[in-house]
Amino acid sequence: MTNLEPHTERQVGHHEKTEDVIKIRDMNKWFGSFHVLRDINLNVEKGERIVICGPSGSGKSTLIRCLNRLEAYQTGEVYVNDILLGDDVKNIEAIRREVCMVFQHFNLFPHKTILENLTLAPIWVRKMPKKEAEEMAMAYLERVRIAEQALKFPGQLSGGQQQRVAIARSLCMQPKIMLFDEPTSALDPEMVKEVLDVMVELAKEGMTMLCVTHEMGFAKEVADRVIFMDEGQIVEQNEPEPFFTNPQNERTQMFLSQILSHH
Amino acid sequence: MTHKFIEPKAPPISDRSVVGWMRNNLFDSPLNTALTIIIAYVLLQFIPLVLDWALFSATWVADSDACKAGSGACWGLINAKWRFILFGTYTYDEHWRPFVGMLILLGACVGSTIPVFWKPMRLLLLWVVSSVLLGIIMWGGIFGLSYVENTLWGGLPLTLIIAVYGTLFAFPIGILLALGRMSNLPAIKSFCIFFIELIRGVPLISVLFMSSFLLPLFLPDGVNIDKLLRAQVGITLFTAAYLAEVFRGGLQAIPNGQFEAANSLGLTYWQSMRMIILPQALRLVIPPTVNSFISMFKDTSLVVIIGLMDLLGTVKSVIKDPEWRIFYAEGYVFAAAIFFFFCYSMARYSAYLEVELRKGEGH
Ligand SMILES: Nc1ncnc2c1ncn2[C@@H]1O[C@H](COP(=O)(O)OP(=O)(O)O)[C@@H](O)[C@H]1O
Ligand SMILES: [Mg+2]
Repeated sequence: MTNLEPHTERQVGHHEKTEDVIKIRDMNKWFGSFHVLRDINLNVEKGERIVICGPSGSGKSTLIRCLNRLEAYQTGEVYVNDILLGDDVKNIEAIRREVCMVFQHFNLFPHKTILENLTLAPIWVRKMPKKEAEEMAMAYLERVRIAEQALKFPGQLSGGQQQRVAIARSLCMQPKIMLFDEPTSALDPEMVKEVLDVMVELAKEGMTMLCVTHEMGFAKEVADRVIFMDEGQIVEQNEPEPFFTNPQNERTQMFLSQILSHH
Repeated sequence: MTHKFIEPKAPPISDRSVVGWMRNNLFDSPLNTALTIIIAYVLLQFIPLVLDWALFSATWVADSDACKAGSGACWGLINAKWRFILFGTYTYDEHWRPFVGMLILLGACVGSTIPVFWKPMRLLLLWVVSSVLLGIIMWGGIFGLSYVENTLWGGLPLTLIIAVYGTLFAFPIGILLALGRMSNLPAIKSFCIFFIELIRGVPLISVLFMSSFLLPLFLPDGVNIDKLLRAQVGITLFTAAYLAEVFRGGLQAIPNGQFEAANSLGLTYWQSMRMIILPQALRLVIPPTVNSFISMFKDTSLVVIIGLMDLLGTVKSVIKDPEWRIFYAEGYVFAAAIFFFFCYSMARYSAYLEVELRKGEGH
């Protein structure tokens, strides 16, 4: 696939200076007999921001869910921070402490206040004292501009606010890598921007991000690399500028024409 | 066309008054009007008869001949036998002990319903302390209290002990069985399914029979498990099997996203169960859970068949007395009233809990 070349060169060129925080080698996954991920190879550098797009059902969610073991893969190897992500529970725990995920439907804990949603994992997983955890949580809530809602329950917040809380909840674990699975797809149109703004800020601060999204504006603004997936394969990947202006693969072209005609 | 803002107004008077309520709810169609009239007629016929039997023509003195002369209910039966009905064969002069024991037990129950005690350590402390006190007061043998074997315990305290400890132990066992049944580990899963289906597949009476007649056959001679303990274990396991299925229903209603969020934050299985999944799942199934406990409370009366004298047992034994035999209805009404009091309290508490736990969550 010629379209991979520009990026591969870039990576080789930077090889000395950068470290790959995620390494995926020949990964395959099946749901029953359905081959959902096929020979995935992907390296992600520290601080890199990657946007993954592709038609529905192409395996985007499954791919990023394999990176924190919400799904198990069957063959190949995945390293996160040089830890092999396999069946080993200790490894899984170690990786989950470094990798956080933001979901399409927020998945806040409805029976806990916003503040409790944020402090739960730091207290129980990182063993942080409660007071310290609360101070940190308030600081992150401040950052996503929602501190005044700290004592409310998730059900009392709008979708956009809930998603910002979910991002803050992830940040409280001080992750090295953040995974986003269509974080704005479940939101009313007028709330998309407030969530994207928070994500852009994060990206500019150097967080390593893998983001499944169809927000092409976001991809153009912050992505280092855009990956196009179809039928469980990485079909094309490139820097945003050439990716959008000069897509090589015809499936990419078709996908982009469909999605851009929409926006 | 300019839009004029419409101020909110109060609803029409007719919707708010008693007459309005009656018109909307009792007389809003010919069928409803007819039903209302028929029911009102039946109630008017029936209530005076009941009141007359239960109160105006009732005999209160503890004398069966006076009762036979009267035309109404014979509360004299209760007057004469209440101590036996309530405390069974417990040493007569020591009846204050099961009474105090009962208060301790009920105190612990009421305590556990108050949110202040909803901390694991506090609940544990509350129940350990009150159980020890209960044991001391019921068995005695120390602090100058005479020893009273538990084969002599009976009546209401016995019913309450079996029901309360059944509830207390069936709850966590039910949770473990439900989690086990949903587990990925085949051995644990099959064991839980086998246990739940086995117990649910047989009537409680046979569980009690099995535990009291079969179990000793398998145990070496001389090892004798106490009758009360056997009944307690039988009822607890029986209730736990039913609760497990109730809890499983609740667990299945929790969206997968909750497990995933908990996992991706790095919480362990037990942490996410304890703090995220179970609190939500159990809240969803409060009504059927309390339903199970109410059933179990009433089922405790089956322990009579293995020779324990619970509240219903003492009533049955009292009305075997030829002198009082014809007044069995009064005996049963008395027992029913006590059972109703406890079951209805549980139902009310369940309703309160549902509201209380949703307070402030905005839905
Ligand atoms: N738990 C599952 N069991 C079986 N099939 C699944 C499961 N999750 C996803 N799939 C299937 O795998 C394919 C890829 O799903 P997904 O990764 O969610 O796609 P995307 O996020 O790109 O829309 C879809 O065809 C979907 O139906
Ligand atoms: Mg998806």
